[in-house]
Amino acid sequence: MSQDTSFGYSDIVMDHFTNPRNVLRTSEEEYAASGVGMVGNPTCGDMMKVWIKVDDQDRIYDLKWKTFGCASAIGSTSMMSVMVTENGGMQIDQALKIKPQDIMDRLGGLPSIKIHCSVLGDKALRSVIQDYLKRTGREDLIHEGKATIVCECLNVTDKEIEEEVLEGVTDFETLQERTKISTGCGKCRPSAEALFETYRAKYFG
Amino acid sequence: MNERRRVYFDHNATTPVHPAVLEAMLPYLKEQYGNPSSGHQFGRAVRNRIAEAREIVAAALGAKPAEIYFTSGGTESDNLAIKGYAWANRKTNGGAIVTSSIEHPAVLEVVKYLGKNGFQTRILKVGPDALVDLGEVREALDAGVALISVMHGNNEVGSIQPVAEIAAMAKERGAAMHTDAVQTFMKIPVKVDELGVDMLSLSGHKINAPKGVGALYVRKGIKLTPLNHGGHHERGVRAGTENVPGIIGLAKAVELGVANMEENARRARELRDELERRILAEIPFVIVNGHRERRTPNTLNVTFECVEGEALLINLDMAGIAISTGSACSSGSLDPSHVLMAMGIPHELIHGSLRFSVGHENTREDIDYVMRHLPRIIASVREISPLWDVKNQRVVSVEEAAAGARIARK
Repeated sequence: MSQDTSFGYSDIVMDHFTNPRNVLRTSEEEYAASGVGMVGNPTCGDMMKVWIKVDDQDRIYDLKWKTFGCASAIGSTSMMSVMVTENGGMQIDQALKIKPQDIMDRLGGLPSIKIHCSVLGDKALRSVIQDYLKRTGREDLIHEGKATIVCECLNVTDKEIEEEVLEGVTDFETLQERTKISTGCGKCRPSAEALFETYRAKYFG
Repeated sequence: MNERRRVYFDHNATTPVHPAVLEAMLPYLKEQYGNPSSGHQFGRAVRNRIAEAREIVAAALGAKPAEIYFTSGGTESDNLAIKGYAWANRKTNGGAIVTSSIEHPAVLEVVKYLGKNGFQTRILKVGPDALVDLGEVREALDAGVALISVMHGNNEVGSIQPVAEIAAMAKERGAAMHTDAVQTFMKIPVKVDELGVDMLSLSGHKINAPKGVGALYVRKGIKLTPLNHGGHHERGVRAGTENVPGIIGLAKAVELGVANMEENARRARELRDELERRILAEIPFVIVNGHRERRTPNTLNVTFECVEGEALLINLDMAGIAISTGSACSSGSLDPSHVLMAMGIPHELIHGSLRFSVGHENTREDIDYVMRHLPRIIASVREISPLWDVKNQRVVSVEEAAAGARIARK
């Protein structure tokens, strides 16, 4: 398929968008999941809900999802569902190692403005596994990355900067418009700019 | 039933060149290649045709030929009007410039640019119907304004602004008035004296002329600083050898448009209204965006709840149907439609908005074709949306169904 008919998406993204795998087609009650997770926000344009069934060996043997979003959000969730459930299903510790880049690689890449869709797919998976761990009384196994405050005046963290980069922010001015970072005393500006460039290089370098 | 069509409902983006327009242009791409500035017969022949084209465009607007300046399109016309006026009149009322929040970027970005370069600017709010508030306009003008630019018809939702009322208020207070009439010209009557505007932008490719040509009306006595300096083309206001085939094509499209405006508008409105009626009747949870009456006759902007516009656009495109969406995901930027945001529509509803804009070549069969595919596409995308579960459960709750039935009977 040429660019002309695929909106800048790979054939794999288009395949998963037009023929999404593992969508929840029954009611939630009927499915009786071992864990439920939801990430995103309709205001931002994408929201994902994920359900998993886990056996007594902590193997995710089934995963179902629903997504409100664009073609790449739908494609990313669908691909994530395939990655987790193929070959009999992943152990939860393996599933937690899936990274946005892994989803993107399996999709044959995403346009740079759509990278945050694979981030959401990854977050949705984390959220559903965390719910499962909570339900089974193993909160201690949840390792949520701690955010560090970069801008003390406006309480902006390194995680927020990373998320804005993944959302497609390409210049510091826009980052400031969206997060208000370094608009207080301004002392953090050199370190904030350096961090911004580091994340830019990490994802788009 | 399984017939495959290509249906184009995106005429606010661009329109096909009318065959008669192309026909009129061809000699100017072939044997009539003279430069209108040349003194010899090659140049003279073309120069005379440009003069005729200027008369045709002027007559359509109720203006004088000397008040028409040909440009490369709507964007250049808007830039020339606003920057040109701002630079030439920066001493008038402190050079302040006022515009609305739902302008085309060709106006809004120009005003923001001037705002960053020393000009006082103010951007007017709009109501949920996408119309500016005349009280706020008056208040803005009372503060002292050099130029106010408010579009005639909006490209996304079609809302038609009270341009004549704004122009009258501006005139009383010594401010000049520009309007971007790209979306209304040849759809509804656009006469510069009835509107009372000092400058007016129009574009060729929205009226079945080619891309790359447009015009700016500038009332006699208004001074503009050129954007392009160079030769004395367009009376020194717009240097550069004229786009002769484009100008000839624009004039032909205007001739055709003037002769058929009422009929074209009536057909467009009938088709648009039929499409709107069927969408509302056949698809649940749909909201029409913008003013229902004060609206360009060919434009329909609707939100389909619980779904995202890019997913719809791609599915419709695969069925051969061309529309556009206000969703952020297809805009190439991070934000959804600035027009729908200015109207106060919640973001999640903007993400599910689609614009259908009807053109001359559309038929009732096109509507039938869209309505064979659209309900199926909306249902399939809703089926995988977590928001739809919530909405859908509400549909089947007994109390609400009963309440809904009561409303429907009224």
